[in-house]
Amino acid sequence: MKRDDVIEYSLGATHSEEAGKAIRKKIYFVTALLSIITILEVALGVFWTSMGLPWLAVKFAFIALTILKAGYIVMVFMHLGEERKMLKYFILIPYAIFILYLLYLLFVEATALTTISATTF
Amino acid sequence: MAGEVTKNIDQKTLWEGGRSPFSVSYGKMMMWFFLISDALTFGSLLASLGFMKHKYVDVWPISEQVFTHFPFTHAHLPLMYVAFMTFILIISSVTMVLAVEAGHRMDRKGVTFWLFLTVVGGAIFVGSQAWEWMTFIAGPDGDISTWADNATLTQNYYGRGFTAELPVLGPVQYSQFFFFVTGFHGTHVLSGVIINLIILLGVIKGKYEKVGHYEMVEKVGLYWHFVDLVWVFVFTFYYLV
Repeated sequence: MKRDDVIEYSLGATHSEEAGKAIRKKIYFVTALLSIITILEVALGVFWTSMGLPWLAVKFAFIALTILKAGYIVMVFMHLGEERKMLKYFILIPYAIFILYLLYLLFVEATALTTISATTF
Repeated sequence: MAGEVTKNIDQKTLWEGGRSPFSVSYGKMMMWFFLISDALTFGSLLASLGFMKHKYVDVWPISEQVFTHFPFTHAHLPLMYVAFMTFILIISSVTMVLAVEAGHRMDRKGVTFWLFLTVVGGAIFVGSQAWEWMTFIAGPDGDISTWADNATLTQNYYGRGFTAELPVLGPVQYSQFFFFVTGFHGTHVLSGVIINLIILLGVIKGKYEKVGHYEMVEKVGLYWHFVDLVWVFVFTFYYLV
């Protein structure tokens, strides 16, 4: 049954041939960027010892590159950057709060456990 | 890109009923809800992996010394195959977003082509994962027939400083997390491939042409990008860090 008081949001998500060209350009740009980041990560993973880099810096570089990659996937590929602001924050903020809280708890607990017993498994 | 964010709607119209303040259809909203809950599962899984890594920080195996194999060659190529897998998944994510873009132009041929490539990429990834499980289970000597030194849920012969001649016991959580995290993710990829295939058949039959929009492709696209997103984190937190 068709109801005329319900807005069909699905029908609005169309664009013209010219707009499509611009969107594809952006997609290819992001593809190149994600590939470069992946190559950088693997190179860092393989060569960091022979380059004599400190492990802590390498670790944070990995995490930063991963979050950058994830940001591009969510914002461009999943179109979250083009959704309404309210939907964007409604998805991202509760999730971020919960995971950061969980990470904080687990790292504190793990560090405490390490001081109790290091090698029991 | 012309998305909902560029539309100027005042607060009164947005929040006083009669429309969705988020300006998305029911199906897309529910897909996002599902993805949030799934992301919480994966997030907790990876957080607990971080917990174990911190607890066994001195004995936890270094993945670049464990994953050194490449199919059809005996060369020592640390992390190369898993990098290849990551690349395949990113490319299949790109073909998916191109399928969604073609759908917004009502280009049925384009959607069919890109969605087909996405299915192929996903299938290659699942196959690669099966191969990686095989080599991981085979143990440091690469022989799957000697069950005594296979990596399983109860033993891990990839301890710190292991060699093929001298396997060293490591924390069993390393192999448990390997099988659980990559297995859970692999199940998602497999279901994603099957769902994409079903939607591809619908596209070929012209089902979405009749409906008037290709939002179904966009919805399964969201799921597929999510699978790629999770792998980006698994790659970092299991293999690299």
